[in-house]
Amino acid sequence: MTQLPSRTDRKLGLVIDLDTCVGCHACVISCKGWNTENYGAPLSDQNPYGAEPSGTFLNRVHSYEVLPDHGAAQLVHFPKSCLHCEDAPCVTVCPTGASYKRVEDGIVLVNESDCIGCGLCAWACPYGAREMDAAEGVMKKCTLCVDRIYNENLPEIDRVPACVRTCPAGARHFGDLGDPDSAVSQLVERRGGIDLMPEQGTRPVNKYLPPRPRDRLEREVDGTALFLEPVADEPSGFFAWLDKALEKI
Amino acid sequence: MTHRQPPLDTSPPVSDEVRKTTCYMCACRCGIDAHMKDGKVAYIDGNRDHPINKGVLCAKGSAGIMQHNSPARLRAPLKRVGPRGSGEFVEITWDEALQIATDWLAPIREKNPEKLAFFTGRDQSQSFTGYWAQQFGTPNYAAHGGFCSVNMATAGIYTMGGSFWEFGSPDWDRTRLLMLFGVAEDHDSNPIKMGLAKLKERGARIIGVNPVRSGYNAVADEWVGITPGTDGLFILALVHELLRAGRIDLDYLSRWTNAPVLVNGDPKSPEYGLFLRNEDGRELVIDRNTGRPAPFDQPGVRPDLAATYRKAGISHRPVMHHLATRYLSPDYAPEAVAERCGIPAPRIRAIAAELARVAFDEAFTLEREWTDFRGETHKTMQGRPVSFHAMRGIGAHANGFQTCRALHVLQILLGSVEAPGGFRFKPPYPKPAEAHARPHSFATPGAPLDGPALGYPQGPEDLALYDDGSPARIDKAFTWENPLSAHGLMHMVISNAHAGDPYKINTLFMFMANMAWNSSMNTAGVIEMLTDTDVTGDYLIPRIIYSDAYYSEMVAYADLVLPDTTYLERFDCISLLDRPISEPDAAADAIRWPVVEPDRDVRGFQSVLCDLGARLGLPGFVNADGSAKYADYADYITNHERRPGIGPLAGWRLGNKGLSHGRGAPNAAQLDSYMNNGGFFATPVPPDAQYFKPWNNAYQDWAVELGLSDAPQPYLFQLYVEPLRRFQLAAEGHGDLQPPDHLRAQIRERLDPLPIWYDTLAEGQEGYPLHALTQRPMAMYHSWGGQNPWLRQIHGYNPLYLPTKLMREHDLRDGDWVHVTSPHARITVPVMEMAALNDTTIWTWNAIGKRKGAWALKDNAPEATRGFLLNHLIHELLPERGDGLRWANSDPVTGQAAWFDLRVRIEKAAPQGESQPVLPPVASPVGPGPDELAWKMGQ
Repeated sequence: MTQLPSRTDRKLGLVIDLDTCVGCHACVISCKGWNTENYGAPLSDQNPYGAEPSGTFLNRVHSYEVLPDHGAAQLVHFPKSCLHCEDAPCVTVCPTGASYKRVEDGIVLVNESDCIGCGLCAWACPYGAREMDAAEGVMKKCTLCVDRIYNENLPEIDRVPACVRTCPAGARHFGDLGDPDSAVSQLVERRGGIDLMPEQGTRPVNKYLPPRPRDRLEREVDGTALFLEPVADEPSGFFAWLDKALEKI
Repeated sequence: MTHRQPPLDTSPPVSDEVRKTTCYMCACRCGIDAHMKDGKVAYIDGNRDHPINKGVLCAKGSAGIMQHNSPARLRAPLKRVGPRGSGEFVEITWDEALQIATDWLAPIREKNPEKLAFFTGRDQSQSFTGYWAQQFGTPNYAAHGGFCSVNMATAGIYTMGGSFWEFGSPDWDRTRLLMLFGVAEDHDSNPIKMGLAKLKERGARIIGVNPVRSGYNAVADEWVGITPGTDGLFILALVHELLRAGRIDLDYLSRWTNAPVLVNGDPKSPEYGLFLRNEDGRELVIDRNTGRPAPFDQPGVRPDLAATYRKAGISHRPVMHHLATRYLSPDYAPEAVAERCGIPAPRIRAIAAELARVAFDEAFTLEREWTDFRGETHKTMQGRPVSFHAMRGIGAHANGFQTCRALHVLQILLGSVEAPGGFRFKPPYPKPAEAHARPHSFATPGAPLDGPALGYPQGPEDLALYDDGSPARIDKAFTWENPLSAHGLMHMVISNAHAGDPYKINTLFMFMANMAWNSSMNTAGVIEMLTDTDVTGDYLIPRIIYSDAYYSEMVAYADLVLPDTTYLERFDCISLLDRPISEPDAAADAIRWPVVEPDRDVRGFQSVLCDLGARLGLPGFVNADGSAKYADYADYITNHERRPGIGPLAGWRLGNKGLSHGRGAPNAAQLDSYMNNGGFFATPVPPDAQYFKPWNNAYQDWAVELGLSDAPQPYLFQLYVEPLRRFQLAAEGHGDLQPPDHLRAQIRERLDPLPIWYDTLAEGQEGYPLHALTQRPMAMYHSWGGQNPWLRQIHGYNPLYLPTKLMREHDLRDGDWVHVTSPHARITVPVMEMAALNDTTIWTWNAIGKRKGAWALKDNAPEATRGFLLNHLIHELLPERGDGLRWANSDPVTGQAAWFDLRVRIEKAAPQGESQPVLPPVASPVGPGPDELAWKMGQ
């Protein structure tokens, strides 16, 4: 079994805003495109033009309906990828040391040349964030675009994960969650960001910002103050008001 | 095992080169960076410098690489050898294909140019294809707007000189309240998401009005789960509330709209209901300074909204009087409309109050001086931070035109259109209806049409009717049935051509329009029409030429197939003459260019049209000596001039002193300049010209300088649309041009110059209590996405979504099957529960279902087994009423296909092997795609 580093210098991760995510899957496909072309083996697709097409994705968006106690049902879009946990069970379960957590930034990676495709890590991950590539027989997972974020062949502004760069709704943020002064830590603080399934004890680095309350327009102001006061109930009264109002312009 | 980190190269080479072009995975025209390796496209992301998407890109855009490499791509021109619809073709050379097309088309042009019906689908080159049709001489040209957005576009143009999406957008940086109406999960894709993000970031409120709470409506702060087809009534209830409370922008209304314009009040006059005008034809208002009538644009005039004008015993009242009288009626009170709309009255009142609060109590001014068309200088710009965006959800109803009008009237009453924080036009808009061409409908053998086929009628004299009253166009656009059909009626072309009504055609020529599948109402019926023969065995539609890049369902029905390129292999121009990529603060246009050359024997369709135009000797496509004028589309883009100095692209033209923008002579290096600039051109609107554009001298002068117009064209917003009244007058018996008697009532009632609402439940639809809708998913664009292995893993089939109440009533669980029956047909499909849904509405994703054999999918693909089309349930005609007539399932003003008026009933069905109906497979000239994909470029 594989040891985690005793500490990491930084805790790079994502902050995902569930209030803003429109469920467009831009992040899913951008990730697929970048990681097919880059880190390790391509993300393959089985039966891509047939029944039950099944490919490897490092990031998927799920949608859930929420039924609040009062008011209409709501739909929440929930993007999910590796959370780069501090106590990552996928690493400790690895029999070959292929799964590891980087000391310098806390990113959890799979060294594909050491991966034997046993699948224990996917079984150990409570989030279902790892996927075995059926063509290559190795485990694939979010790399936090480790080959983008330090890549000197990219302009500095583009040294962010592909999913963050592409998100049209600005719902994905990247940074050091180990630094309380970082923009992402501040955002988590301001918006009450949460861990996913904290009871699992994995101490995920990625955080989720909860949806803001919905459908409160009628409840914001009590009673009649909310409604518009009529100037007249009949057209004749309205025209009299109109004439006076025009004088004031 | 102790912690061990392998060496890792964190700076691998990304690509050999980045080629910047324009996306075409949907209609939004985002800028993309194609990262090249070994001369192939390896990866696509968004262009950070691009005015539309500023670096972001949606799922479709990133999946473009899969579309570009699709196994469904056609490989060479095809000639049909089996029966139509069999999919049996032989490959032929381009010389043979173009000779066949020329041999078919030349005799038509010589004798009856109208016997060519040339219709393009999701074409982004309509200023070019329309020009080609005009030179050919056929009036039978249009694109897909008639079944998509014509209500939205036309209502906007006639009311305020532009509409949503390509015409304008919310002032994302300043708006404090956004209301979205009937917006599916796109149009426009990335800009809306980016805008919503801006609003969310600063805590501005978003109200989503939609029967389905998904996508943008899912993130809206407030969801209004309206009953389909009642948006107009809801909007007019908001108008009622605002008027009743006097919460409208009187200064704005008096200065910039026709609210003060006097309406002829003499019932005996042939001009009853038209505007009073002076001898120069200028609309008259009462000047508050003098109490006397004066032209609306007279310097110093203070137009009065309240005063009436009495002359010869007749009172002429301003538009404001008519408007207030109508909408103050208790018929529009929230309590009166609540049940119909499915929205509680207190919620309607609360929304009206919130609109008023934000528009007036959160109003602000911009410190920018500007001068209006009357010569008055304003020290500041008055902000109204309320904005609206709407799309097909409110448009695709038979009351859609008037509903879209109502929405525009609402935002004008609030004074927010073109105000800071409100809705803003994008150049070349604003452009009022009278600044557009009128329709040109009458063919002359062997000659071009005397103007563009499509346009904006001003009255009965612009209708496309022969002297005997019969329609001049195959789609019956611009007739008494639908006078303002500015985008044509593509959805009627095949059924009319099949019926020989109003006349027979010879050749149907289409581009990128999947009419044998998801782009037609009554799909199975349309397929029959395409294959139907007369007693001699000849096809009733004699010849069909089709161009597409992929093996779509429509290809099988063509006699001759002209294979198009993918979007990464072609030149295109996204032109200011057409549907540009401008933003409110900049005029912009763009190109596509071949970042890779095709590896198949295919040609860009527009280049083929240049070639075909030359072979046919069309003016505009041949030189004086008869030689081809343009080698290809790139040559046309560079060298064509629509007016002297005005071409398809505005950037980098040749002026008197070197390069100039907007106006200028053609520049042989223009396309190179575009490529070097990332595929686009943008020039900023000056700060003092950025708001109040229709009335702002600085904007009007800038627009003339850039060549968007040739003279300043200030105008008033038309709360009251006079051209509609002209048609009503005809229906009341005035004038020489008279509608047939059976249409008089419809014209009198529906072509009201002030917005109205009417129920679209047609006779014969009783017993069908549910509304059935489709919408397009964000990750998929119509049928194109089905061939894309990455996207089809997101949306591989489409269940029918039912609200919880209906699931319970019918004892249904997810995966159960139902029969869905409309007055026209029945389908049997799997269901899924959705709680965040209007109780009387069911819906599914549009065009996920595919025909077996098409799109290089295997026959057992879920798209072809469980996937289905709602189209089968929708007929292009309404159920019979017993009056001996068949009425179109269209808006009576514009002819827009009323897709969303569909009414159905459901009943539980036994589990099925496949969604019904199942159409027989078509043979495929491309075969199915591979069994596995695992690719990496540059290895």
